[in-house]
Amino acid sequence: MKAIQLNNISLKYKEVTALQDVSFEVERGELFGLIGPDGSGKTSLFRILTTLLLADSGQAAVDGLDVVKNYKEIREKVGYMPGRFSLYQDLTVEENLNFFAAVFNTTIKENYYLIEDIYRQLEPFKTRRAGKLSGGMKQKLALSCALIHKPSVLFLDEPTTGVDPVSRKDFWGMLKKLKQQGITILVSTPYMDEAALCDRIALINKGKILQINTPENITANYPRPLYAAESNDNYSLLKELRQNPKVRSAYIFGEAIHVTLNEQLTMNNEQFMEITPTIEDCFIELLKE
Amino acid sequence: MQKVITTDKLTKTFGNFTAVNAISFDVYKGEIFGFLGANGAGKTTAIRMLCGLSKPTSGSGTVADFDIARQSEQVKKNIGYMSQKFSLYDDLKVWENLRLFGGIYGMKEREIAEKTDKILAELGFESERETLVKSLPLGWKQKLAFSVSIFHEPKIVFLDEPTGGVDPVTRRQFWELIYEAAERGITVFVTTHYMDEAEYCNRVSIMVDGKIEALNTPKNLRKQFNASNMDEVFQKLARKATRGDN
Repeated sequence: MKAIQLNNISLKYKEVTALQDVSFEVERGELFGLIGPDGSGKTSLFRILTTLLLADSGQAAVDGLDVVKNYKEIREKVGYMPGRFSLYQDLTVEENLNFFAAVFNTTIKENYYLIEDIYRQLEPFKTRRAGKLSGGMKQKLALSCALIHKPSVLFLDEPTTGVDPVSRKDFWGMLKKLKQQGITILVSTPYMDEAALCDRIALINKGKILQINTPENITANYPRPLYAAESNDNYSLLKELRQNPKVRSAYIFGEAIHVTLNEQLTMNNEQFMEITPTIEDCFIELLKE
Repeated sequence: MQKVITTDKLTKTFGNFTAVNAISFDVYKGEIFGFLGANGAGKTTAIRMLCGLSKPTSGSGTVADFDIARQSEQVKKNIGYMSQKFSLYDDLKVWENLRLFGGIYGMKEREIAEKTDKILAELGFESERETLVKSLPLGWKQKLAFSVSIFHEPKIVFLDEPTGGVDPVTRRQFWELIYEAAERGITVFVTTHYMDEAEYCNRVSIMVDGKIEALNTPKNLRKQFNASNMDEVFQKLARKATRGDN
């Protein structure tokens, strides 16, 4: 039995297509990433899988349970951390956690081992109201609340959006540990660099899945050689490259310009070398197609 | 080189908490200056002082040659501002937003009309002139918001995490707009959580616990901290923070 199964899921909001024939499977114990920009349909997909929204067509199952027929059972088994902070702002850290434990018929004590690493950082503030926490702390509390009933599948909708690079790295460290506990995790992110930390990823844009594979295979499947060029004035170099008919595409990427070619190009002065593409290069290439 | 921002031991305390601790730095005309730091490092408080929205507790600063403590109204007239959270009015049409912001900054009707045509042409948005901003895709909104923030040709524009959530192609188009503005002599002061964007800046400062712990070109910072990219530089510095983001 797969942890998550989607079969031709489609959804429209009036005229706007939110999801179009989305199909994929997530294995038990897998850390699966949904990578795409705002408006690509990630949140709609999460809401369908957590039984909060009905698709127009297609089937979906979580832990072998149908999202329409068995919605009550699914709700007991999954943990969901929505993109927007949705804990009780007027309850304290501890009250929120107690509340979620009680709703799921468990206690903080029973599954404390699951949240220990995360909650220990929150404990000094356990009497603080959730609304008064910083962004990073809110994120940790929300994760603790989503975990307290030991869900079999954990849904995390953009948990690291707007979070600084240090806290983001820590958060992914926590996910790795949870995966070792055997929890299946579906996580979405607009940060392409986080994709490399997943077992498998689906690249999604405008409601359509562009590609599903391991991060290594996605970058290995990049269809052509990719080069990096560098100079002291990258913006001038970018404009120059774009005017060259031998250049197929050129775009800024960190300290360099990434370039694909129509035909062989010899560059003078600037450093120009073939490089291994990143997930972000692959996404850009797929958007171009 | 002409200085557009200067600060000298600029400090802000709230009770016994020192949010910004004696920061001193200069930003030059036409420069793209990256202002980085972890959540809670004091970036927002510093930006609020530079925009004339919050008075320094001690130290001083100038923005576009105006004193940020004593001439905050002149400061506001000479800067542009855009953040991901607030930028445009959703319930106004594209042209109405431009008209509104032009009016607020005291531009003449004729000037607004001419500039509106020019900007919509440059962005390729002519067909969206009458569209309500709320029905524009996010990427378009952000590009329009940037154009609005420099509509009155400010000497400097403050961009607070302007590119959150957009696709990688749109994010790059946005940065090309930033490069163009800088080439025209507009100074760009930008915060971001994307470390590859830190590389696009001419110089970058990194705040830790209210202080500027590093300030240099991305290349020199990589060298200084023996790092292969800006993310490593950031991780090395920000990990030293003791006050956390509480």
